Amino acid sequence: MNRVEIEELLDLTDRFAEVGLRPIPRVPALRGRTVATLFFEDSTRTRLSFDTAAKRLSADTLNFAAGSSSINKGESLRDTVDVISSYGVDALVVRHPMAGTPHRIAGWTEAAVINAGDGWHEHPTQALLDLYTLRKHLGALDGIHIGIVGDIRHSRVARSNVLAFTALGAEVTLVAPPTLLPASLESWPTKVSHNFDEVLPTLDACYLLRMQKERISEGLFPSVREYVADFGLNSGRADRLPKKALICHPGPVNRGIEITADVVADSRSVILDQVVNGVSVRMAVLFLLLGVTRTDSYKPSESAEL
Amino acid sequence: MSLVLRGGRVIDQSGERKVDVGVGADGKISSIGFGIEGDLELDASGCVISPGFVDLHVHLREPGQEDAETVETGARGGALGGFTALVAMPNTDPPADCTAVVTHVRSLGDGVACEIVPAGAMTVGRRGEEMGPLGELTRIGVGFFTDDGTGVQDPRLMRRIMEYSTGLSHRLGRSVVLAQHCEISALSSGGYMHEGEWSSRLGIPGQPAEAEELMVSRDIALVRLTGARMHFQHLSTAGSVAMVRQAKAAGLPVTAEAAPHHFTLTDAECASYDPVFKVHPPLRTESDVLAVREGLSDGTIDAVATDHAPHTDHAKELSFDLAPPGMLGLETAFPLALNELGLDLPEVLALLSWRPAAIAGLENRHGMIVEPGNPANLCILDPDLTWKVSGRDMASKSSNSPFEGRSLRGRIRHTLLHGQPVVIDGEVQR
Repeated sequence: MNRVEIEELLDLTDRFAEVGLRPIPRVPALRGRTVATLFFEDSTRTRLSFDTAAKRLSADTLNFAAGSSSINKGESLRDTVDVISSYGVDALVVRHPMAGTPHRIAGWTEAAVINAGDGWHEHPTQALLDLYTLRKHLGALDGIHIGIVGDIRHSRVARSNVLAFTALGAEVTLVAPPTLLPASLESWPTKVSHNFDEVLPTLDACYLLRMQKERISEGLFPSVREYVADFGLNSGRADRLPKKALICHPGPVNRGIEITADVVADSRSVILDQVVNGVSVRMAVLFLLLGVTRTDSYKPSESAEL
Repeated sequence: MSLVLRGGRVIDQSGERKVDVGVGADGKISSIGFGIEGDLELDASGCVISPGFVDLHVHLREPGQEDAETVETGARGGALGGFTALVAMPNTDPPADCTAVVTHVRSLGDGVACEIVPAGAMTVGRRGEEMGPLGELTRIGVGFFTDDGTGVQDPRLMRRIMEYSTGLSHRLGRSVVLAQHCEISALSSGGYMHEGEWSSRLGIPGQPAEAEELMVSRDIALVRLTGARMHFQHLSTAGSVAMVRQAKAAGLPVTAEAAPHHFTLTDAECASYDPVFKVHPPLRTESDVLAVREGLSDGTIDAVATDHAPHTDHAKELSFDLAPPGMLGLETAFPLALNELGLDLPEVLALLSWRPAAIAGLENRHGMIVEPGNPANLCILDPDLTWKVSGRDMASKSSNSPFEGRSLRGRIRHTLLHGQPVVIDGEVQR
């Protein structure tokens, strides 16, 4: 998505955010449409967020939870997709532990495919909801400085957010020990630092990534204690963060690792806001893909009936 | 039945000449010259008559994965690609780590369109734990050993295998060849493509070039220690090529092969997320591709070997991590070598025919000079014919060609195996 497309989507999100505030938060925009979530990896939050978004638009929803085990039983990925498609779904929301799988699935089905996170690759709707949240609090993102802190190497959120933040004109610094950075940062439009304390006072937003439990056992850093000491956001560091800077986290939060409990509750923390905005952004995404007939081109002015 | 190849020019180790070639009913070349008569006449006008190609690296999948390929279908693909001999990798199920399986694979090769030369596994079950029965296998003529699909990880075991193999030359009248798939699994495991700019961008876990290079380096050191005859399979990195070049300059008994996909494709192909581009060793960077080409043209790399690795559609219709590595190679090797390496045709034929024939110990019947008395293992190729690659149209039971849809120049017209026409005008005969 380019800057114009992203900004159109964020503008549309404003209108769906308003729906969420109504006593009965539901509009008939996607009545008769079917949205299936196809999750090959556990994720309660993202699935519920998409499910809520689809229901608020009056779409029917189907949930297909496929552990990678069903694949190991001899069914190819394509078989699984063919079966789901045959139920006549209009959109497939796909989460998969391996990069690129939603992209491949899109080649096998007529349904619209939404990437709900693929391995270490991308998590586009997370990036959109983060943009929406930042824009709401900070206004235009041109020239603002965002630090993404933590396990960049294994993070789809980081990859999508680098693209999204820089597309809207922000400067991004990745903050991590070398073992948690991608093997190559060639062609990444970012700065890199191994020194969180040095970057901290220059930030307009501090985006912390979740430290996955399995990374802790992989020996990518000596100990949790050492990681927390160098890269955890505690109250001392929060004090050195500029007064108006935002604190973001995609969740679920590991309190005491990437962020301490008191900082989660800091007035600058927008973590719960991110969750709320996630539903609105996903409504906008679903509406853009399904809200008008395939042959029509979408124009924001036509999105009446809210 | 006698036959005559008419109107072509012969290119072999001895040079180039425009002559017809007569083949006798005994399967041997009977005469060279003009005015030769035969029961069957094959048109070779505009074509080159070459010694048949020898592929040092083919996965025929039988026994064990007959839905992907069989010895018979693999041999058909080989003949269509100009090959008259295929060295069959031992990573079958069960693996070719004993005389019973090797004998079985040989018997499956009776009467097929190529000579099938089974390689033996270096270790029991290809598990890399105990030395395989190298001596027993040399008694039945096996002279090429590899655990291909994986390298022998344990340096102590590798040293013992190398030492032991040097005592078996008398059985074969030549050195036993130990062929290594160089990959340190502690560095490569969990990586599904080359680690670098592309893997970082695509979010596909990568494996570094050093996973290959460390084992190349280790084995060169162990060759220095043991004097074993070592062959490096599918070299894919600039570092590996440089090390083999140095080892050869130092006079060590090493040879090497490279696969067509490693001198034509880069890791950028993985941006499609299509596992047809997943292969071990993985597709590397542009500079690695150039280094492999350089190695092939300066003699550091002795042979083009396809690493033909068939997989069914449903096996490849999985996510990138779960799909098996490997790609088809037999029918596309010649045109790729002809057009992508920038070498003269005789050099290309050397890489495909007589040099690999010598490595496999087949020089008494494959890759020989085209002259009366020698077995007629020949391919007749049209260097100018342009054709479009279609996995479905290939002889393989699988269709996982990474060159699908590409137009390639150069194709095999006829292939003779021991004087029998196994391919006539691009149609396989058995």
